[in-house]
Amino acid sequence: MATRLPSVDAVLVGFGWTGAIMAQELTDAGLNVLAIERGDWRDTPTDFSPAYAQDELRYYWRHELFQRLNHETLTIRNKASETALPMRQLGSFLLGSGVGGAGVHWNGQVWRFLPSDFKARSHNLQRYGKAAVPDDMTIQDYPVTYDDLEPHYDKFEYLCGISGKAGNLKGVIQPGGDPFEGPRQREYPNPPLDMPYAPTLFGKAAAGLGRHPFPHPAANSSRPYTNPLGVQLGPCTYCGFCEKYACGNYSKACAQTTILPVLMRKKNFTLKTNSEVIRVNLSPDGKTATGVTYLDETGQEFEQPAELVVLSAYILHNVRLLLISGIGKPYDPATGQGVVGRNYAYQITSSVNVFFDDKILNPFVGAGALGVMLNDFNGDNFDHTGLGFIGGGYVGLMQTGARPIETHSTPTGTPAWGAEWKKAIARDYLKTTSIATHGAVMSHRGNYLDLDPTYKDVLGRPLLRMTFDFTDNEHRMSDYLTDRAAEIAKAMGGREIKANYRKGSWDVVPYQTTHNTGGAIMGDDPKTSFTNKYLQSWDVPNLFVLGATAFPQNAGYNPTGTVAALAYHAAEAIKSQYLKAPHQPLVQA
Amino acid sequence: MPLDRRALLGVGVLACATPVAAWAARYSGAGVIWSPNTSAYPTATDLKAHYVYFTPDEAAFIEAACARLIPSDATGPGAIEAGVPLFLDRQLAGEYGKGARLYMQGPFGKGTATQGYQAKWPPAGFHRAAIQAIGEHLTKGGGAAFHKRAAADQDAFLKDLEAGKPDLGPDVDGKAYFKLLLQNVMEGYFSDPIYGGNRDLSAWKMIGFAGARYDQRAYVLSYGKPYPLPPVGIGGRPAWTGKA
Repeated sequence: MATRLPSVDAVLVGFGWTGAIMAQELTDAGLNVLAIERGDWRDTPTDFSPAYAQDELRYYWRHELFQRLNHETLTIRNKASETALPMRQLGSFLLGSGVGGAGVHWNGQVWRFLPSDFKARSHNLQRYGKAAVPDDMTIQDYPVTYDDLEPHYDKFEYLCGISGKAGNLKGVIQPGGDPFEGPRQREYPNPPLDMPYAPTLFGKAAAGLGRHPFPHPAANSSRPYTNPLGVQLGPCTYCGFCEKYACGNYSKACAQTTILPVLMRKKNFTLKTNSEVIRVNLSPDGKTATGVTYLDETGQEFEQPAELVVLSAYILHNVRLLLISGIGKPYDPATGQGVVGRNYAYQITSSVNVFFDDKILNPFVGAGALGVMLNDFNGDNFDHTGLGFIGGGYVGLMQTGARPIETHSTPTGTPAWGAEWKKAIARDYLKTTSIATHGAVMSHRGNYLDLDPTYKDVLGRPLLRMTFDFTDNEHRMSDYLTDRAAEIAKAMGGREIKANYRKGSWDVVPYQTTHNTGGAIMGDDPKTSFTNKYLQSWDVPNLFVLGATAFPQNAGYNPTGTVAALAYHAAEAIKSQYLKAPHQPLVQA
Repeated sequence: MPLDRRALLGVGVLACATPVAAWAARYSGAGVIWSPNTSAYPTATDLKAHYVYFTPDEAAFIEAACARLIPSDATGPGAIEAGVPLFLDRQLAGEYGKGARLYMQGPFGKGTATQGYQAKWPPAGFHRAAIQAIGEHLTKGGGAAFHKRAAADQDAFLKDLEAGKPDLGPDVDGKAYFKLLLQNVMEGYFSDPIYGGNRDLSAWKMIGFAGARYDQRAYVLSYGKPYPLPPVGIGGRPAWTGKA
């Protein structure tokens, strides 16, 4: 029997980036806010100590900061005709758990999507005609534009203290920045990080081929920084342990280093950790969320009534909670009807290694978003006529740290073990670097999320089931990006290169990216989207769903900047419109 | 400290293994919550040279396989000198070997090539079952056990295993086992020495990895120059402990 607790103004489910942003905004508006997080409390001095944060085995390979799959995982398959089996071990993507979410172990790559990314359907139809978008490619325009989100992107960049160089200030192209980016109103708050040798060689080679390289915008602080909330970040020390690790140095922006020191002091904010929301409760007519039910770590059940319910967990958890709570019509790939689980997408990555004989690169000196990038082949920055695909991605050389269990690249033809392998790694480790490509995935009728009929979590609830594969569009695009990367690799003048194309079906084993998107997307039509442009549920107006859950398809950029901008966009609408007329839709269907 | 937290009342379904999770926590208007000196420093591996998990037969296979996967030669240390068998033993005896973080509920299916780890055992059990199956496969009809074979013969078998050629029965996927074995050996060879492998930072010295260093700012712009410092681990480096 659940214990019924006193009502709160707003309850947030999950406490990573979006939960912290929404809590900060709603408490500023005077609301009494409760956030419920199923993982642990985590903070820099106690959990991310620089005395032992640089531990590859513990944090990457033993998954200490990640979600425990024994508690909950998902099932996976490439197509609906296969039987989905559980993802028993993390691999392709690394789900977070605990305060700060996956934002604790990210690299800190902060991008804005291109203006045309928000018009993925209409833009491509207009430029390339009907044949460019096949019937089963279910891409949609966002219900918001780049211009709608610009102030929110800006707010997040200043919150994090992004180190970078603007490429387009109010429409004027800036030397040294990304000339393809949408116009921004002001420069980044911090200058770019110092650039090591390998990315510099890449930038030179790329410029020589007529490309437009620039320093990666980084949530790794290039100098001491105090953000608009008064929270301080310290300068990055290039220790080389960002992605898959937590920062012990207060240099990588995450909820703990940007928002929590202010938020946690507020009298109208409460956080409950080690408590898992098991469903969103609805009124009998199904049109109002009355709150949530959660279990604490002893298994005791609580009913938490709330005027406003916000799902701010990772996209896969948001979608699963909607399905388990019976909110919204589940997507059916056979008919194309239904919205929950629709338009799941991912990203497609590849790499090209460059091996030098004469250049010591010290690849272990690194940071998460430290690199030289180019967007010449991202989105629709290039003419796709005759290429057989739409979309694109960035190409870049990032020096993130070369932790040796993960990073020991050897040339083509080298065995994976034995004396030959050892000779190659001893010779090449310090003189090898890698160019990355990071491409969009368009949504597709056959790629979706639903509940698994067989496998359960530790509480006996069905696991989420992911049905996903790359389509021809993705493979053609990724091969194209890899060819472009290989051209630059050759121009860098090393001894040899090795191009690692992404072949075949999506494989859960090798790490690719934790950029899962969709499943409760935003849109203009309740038949093809779960939320309106303010991330408000069409069916249940006092329910908002944050995160990359809202993306109608994925772009060629890391998602966090857009995820945060959408959260600020939703928060602003709640504060300025929704609270004046609670429980009412902000957009008429 | 103005923070309301209740002690764990029992082993509930949500209880996690980390000490931090032993507290249900409710933080409200209390400021940032942390207690000094509660850092979760990693526990160093006991390096006394006896096996905790492996049986003598298993240890014989693992040592022989390690010696071929990363052999001792003039290039640098082999897996044996780097302490990889002991690392493996300690890992398999602990949380990792037990699959504490893995989803191990059935039913178990064979899976497609892209569905990843589908063994019905966690890593420790998978090693055990596979080593047993390999032993039976090699010795049936009077053949020699793996560790008694000549190096070239061992290499040939490992190559076959890598390619998934030997039939190890319905339960053991040899190719999947080889992947696990090689991964675990690489982990031992290249991880921090605190876990028992990479002894005296020998693998890091061989490749030139700087190790668990905190501040590399001075070396970002020193293009093409050799890194001047020796590697260091979480527990220091041999020169500090009198070993080098």
